[in-house]
Amino acid sequence: MTDRRIWLAKRQAPVLVAVLLAVLLAVLLAVLGGCSSTRTESKPPQQPKPPQRIVLATTTSTQDSGLLDVLVPAFEKAYPAYTVDVVAVGTGEALRLGEQKDADVLLVHARADEEAFVAKGFGIERRDVCYNRFVLVGPAADPADVAHASGAADALARIAKKGSPFVSRGDDSGTHKKEKSLWAASGVKPGGAWYIVTGQGMGETLKVASEKQAYTLTDEATYLTMKDSLDLSLLLGDDPSLYNQYGVIPVTGARNEEGARAFADWICGPEGQRLIGSFGVDRFGRPLFTPNAPGGEKS
Amino acid sequence: MWAVVATSLRVSVVAVAIAVLAGVPAGLYLGMRRSVVRNALLVLANAGMGLPPVVVGLVTAMALSRRGPLGSLDLLYTRPAMVIAQVIIAVPVVAAVTAAAAASVPFELRLQARSLGASQLHEAMLVLKEARMGLVAAVAAGFGAVISEVGAVMMVGGNLEGSTRVMTTAIVQYTRMGRYGPALALSAVLLALIVVVNTVLAQVQRSAERFERS
Repeated sequence: MTDRRIWLAKRQAPVLVAVLLAVLLAVLLAVLGGCSSTRTESKPPQQPKPPQRIVLATTTSTQDSGLLDVLVPAFEKAYPAYTVDVVAVGTGEALRLGEQKDADVLLVHARADEEAFVAKGFGIERRDVCYNRFVLVGPAADPADVAHASGAADALARIAKKGSPFVSRGDDSGTHKKEKSLWAASGVKPGGAWYIVTGQGMGETLKVASEKQAYTLTDEATYLTMKDSLDLSLLLGDDPSLYNQYGVIPVTGARNEEGARAFADWICGPEGQRLIGSFGVDRFGRPLFTPNAPGGEKS
Repeated sequence: MWAVVATSLRVSVVAVAIAVLAGVPAGLYLGMRRSVVRNALLVLANAGMGLPPVVVGLVTAMALSRRGPLGSLDLLYTRPAMVIAQVIIAVPVVAAVTAAAAASVPFELRLQARSLGASQLHEAMLVLKEARMGLVAAVAAGFGAVISEVGAVMMVGGNLEGSTRVMTTAIVQYTRMGRYGPALALSAVLLALIVVVNTVLAQVQRSAERFERS
């Protein structure tokens, strides 16, 4: 029997080695795959100076709302020499991509950070492009009665007092920063089981809020775009503290600085502003973004 | 950060345990039988090893959503939902690797056992014993598949802080936020964990080998 065992072990060895190698390879590939996908997200492959490529780093809200699907093709049509690659991330990473010159132009919404970015010399200039508003959405039953709140800060205070679930982006995005400033204004330090943090984009965060029947702060555009797939109602939006200003910044010394400037000029110019002002009218009966670039066409 | 590592381990270990319970018997069947149905199922299991996790995530998320057929269970964005998705990913891996190991057990040995009056269950147990080194590989493959998976757990777990945030989804989040330091730190922990688990399993395999030679 011992001989037989040795014979068996010998016979099995190549198969097992092959299986083990396959496993190791799979693990290695999974790991490397994970790394490389992160890299492509943060660092577009460095090609030998393709002058026509513009890397636009922007927030998930402009991507998820569909605004870029209108703006990018129109820009590429107006400037056939350029193609725009969109990297949709949080404002935090968008600014970081700009610092590392991995992006040529930024379209983000966190004014203080944007101004600091330009002041530190990373950006050429910052211009207003448009604004939309944040809204507070939640279950139609509205257990914390935020619909009757005096403003956004009061609404958050009511949610905290009631202990109703609230979903936060928690990702340092422009929306998250707005949420934090509103909590600060409400005088409540959020935390506890009712305060759910996703660390994800607006679309995913809205889905979590819908599933958990929780409140959340969202930009109106993403909410309206996804409304049909959510069990959430718009409860509060008429408060000046909920306005959300977008800015465009061409990155200093970017690979395609010329293209970045062209894009910034175009989006603040008559055609870009007109397209922004009409976006969403066909679907929602009113514009999702209000163009307000200095010198641009007002809607 | 360690809470995230703990969640990763808990979810993955539970998922692999369930996947082994389901995948090993299935793999034994696939490795021992010779029939048309078996061949078709084996192709399915092998193809299932390449099952795209995002597809698993999408289908699981749709099924568990409030508007989905299993919405009343209220499971989406919870740990059990992550376990469900990971089990779906790991079962074909465990089954296919087990099947390969079981198929390599010499048929003569099984014939001998049968002639000595072994029941089908006994025969299966014998094959299981002979193929135990392959089983270790099956566990390693299953664990590797789920611990490093990100698409499905992101979609059904939601990366919720303190409950469903795991290493891979946290890495994605930190990268999105431009915080490469914590992202790299977690990546290092994840890699180290995979190496440790594989070292332990390799040790188990070696002791199985020694036992076989004695």
